[in-house]
Amino acid sequence: MPDSPQPESPGFHLSLDQDARRLSLAGRLGIAEAGRAETELAAALGSVAGALEIDLSGLERLDTVGAWLIHRTLRDRPGSELVAPSPQAKLLIAEVAAADRPLAQAEPPLPFVVRELDRLGLYIITFCQTLIAGLGFIGLTIVSAWQAAKSGRGVRWRAVTVQMEQVGVNALGIVGLMSFLIGIVLAQQGAVQLRQFGAEVFVINLVGRATFRELGILLTAIMVAGRSASAFAAQIGSMKLAEEVDAMRTIGLDPVEMLVLPRVIALVLMMPLLAFYASILAIVGGGLFAWADLGIPPATFAQRLREVVPMSDFWIGLSKAPVFGAIIAIIGCHQGFMVSGNAESVGQRTTLAVVQAIFIVIVLDAVFAVFYTALGFN
Amino acid sequence: MAEPVIRVRGLVNRFGAQTVHDGLDLDVMPGEILGVVGGSGTGKSVLMRSIIGLQPPTEGEIHVLGRQVTGHDATQDPELTRQWGVLFQGGALFSGLTVAENVQVPLKEYFRLSDTLMEEIAAYKVAMVGLPPEAGPKYPSELSGGMRKRAALARALSLDPKLLFLDEPTAGLDPISADGFDTLIRTLAQTLQLTVFLITHDLDTLNAICDRVAVIADRKIIASGTVAELTRFDHPWVREYFGGPRGRAAARARDVAHGGGLVEVG
Repeated sequence: MPDSPQPESPGFHLSLDQDARRLSLAGRLGIAEAGRAETELAAALGSVAGALEIDLSGLERLDTVGAWLIHRTLRDRPGSELVAPSPQAKLLIAEVAAADRPLAQAEPPLPFVVRELDRLGLYIITFCQTLIAGLGFIGLTIVSAWQAAKSGRGVRWRAVTVQMEQVGVNALGIVGLMSFLIGIVLAQQGAVQLRQFGAEVFVINLVGRATFRELGILLTAIMVAGRSASAFAAQIGSMKLAEEVDAMRTIGLDPVEMLVLPRVIALVLMMPLLAFYASILAIVGGGLFAWADLGIPPATFAQRLREVVPMSDFWIGLSKAPVFGAIIAIIGCHQGFMVSGNAESVGQRTTLAVVQAIFIVIVLDAVFAVFYTALGFN
Repeated sequence: MAEPVIRVRGLVNRFGAQTVHDGLDLDVMPGEILGVVGGSGTGKSVLMRSIIGLQPPTEGEIHVLGRQVTGHDATQDPELTRQWGVLFQGGALFSGLTVAENVQVPLKEYFRLSDTLMEEIAAYKVAMVGLPPEAGPKYPSELSGGMRKRAALARALSLDPKLLFLDEPTAGLDPISADGFDTLIRTLAQTLQLTVFLITHDLDTLNAICDRVAVIADRKIIASGTVAELTRFDHPWVREYFGGPRGRAAARARDVAHGGGLVEVG
């Protein structure tokens, strides 16, 4: 029931004669009056049973909603009839009467506990399926690459360069700014702690080693996962919705070769470059802070950096970059291909692509850390 | 003479260097079903978008139901948005809502009605456009193209509008569904006293339901009149359109349907 009165609609009147047999409707009965009319009808007829004569002679204007209200009264009181309906009103009422078919209802929801268990189960199944499908997709990409190479079609370098520009060159600004600021923060926080021991100079060890070995590449990978995995998923997803992917298949083009390989190759090539660039900018940020706050001149900073950061840190950091690039690209593309149905699915898959890519990057980074430590690189 | 429901004067639409409309005039009278035809890229949809305020024109004045559309955001004017219904080419149903909820969106926006009545209105509107009751709780992505069009029409009609805009309502429908759609629009227009602005390529639709047809070519409305009048109009595009094999077939079908099989046109 409406909880507040309808906007003033003085056009509609209803009246019931004394022996409650004849209902007269007058004035306008349209959608604007419907809320009030329904309440008034219910109030007037609530205690009255049996058939009615509904007098429409005073009705000036009627639309389908008004006609529906009249039809409903007629239907619920068998034997009722209309008095003096205009041809127009008759037509409208016949029209809605013909369309009187209640809609099917959606399935009622399950009880809370069952529903949540259901969701948990579904989540676990989806997780396993995604994992298997993801591995399958990696295999599919490798097979496609192999076939492209074997058939002599080779790589579509034009597509690769376009992607390299989008995922690499266009990311320079944001990746650089982020790394520069992280370098400053790292140096500043490190300096605060190390000053307690009078060991501010070790800020250089901290910034240098952390950046080259871990942070430069990890933060870049997270940034690229947010930027490019989502872009890949959305691009391929909308192409899938527009049946572009199907069109490629019918022409005999392999969508994986056309869409996935260029993106994977582009990220595999660009990730090390981005990671190197990010590390350098973090060093510059840390170095500037050391100069400004700790009074360590850049020349000394560089000299000391070369002494304390082993070359292995640099290579360990960079060795992770192509792996991260490949996995980010593959996850993004995979989620793009999983899009089906509607635009909402594009959004869901894009989000999933970012979440999965960041998750996998961090897991792989941990694996790398354990691996290299076990090999004796400290 | 009655005031036109839609009145377009000196409409100019320009996109960069490309001029789509140049001084276009158009009147749509109350209660008439106006079909707008024109080749691809002549700006039929742009004209409709201009009239419903989605595409601010470069120049020109547009009045709808006596209210000015140009010069401000007409979609913010409830007096207009309450009184018109728009069927977009692809249906444009809200993909996150079921069919029944889609039909109820305009009702909820403008009127405070009981939930029961709201459900019932959605139900009869859905039935009226020829959808089965099972379509109600379904999401647009679960429907076929034709069903989506019908559901979109149900939403366009949910406020019992005075003015209905249809952008290629029968495109992509099979001939039987298209005929059904034509009949439906004709019936609804008669019973609800609708004014209909209809963009179409479908010659059968033009013959079956339009009171008047306006032809867009050369960035203007070059002619308007009944189909029979237009078949005699001398313009290369119009001649080819109505005089081509499809045009003649559609005209024959109309004449047979009207019981006047001997009338020769064109």
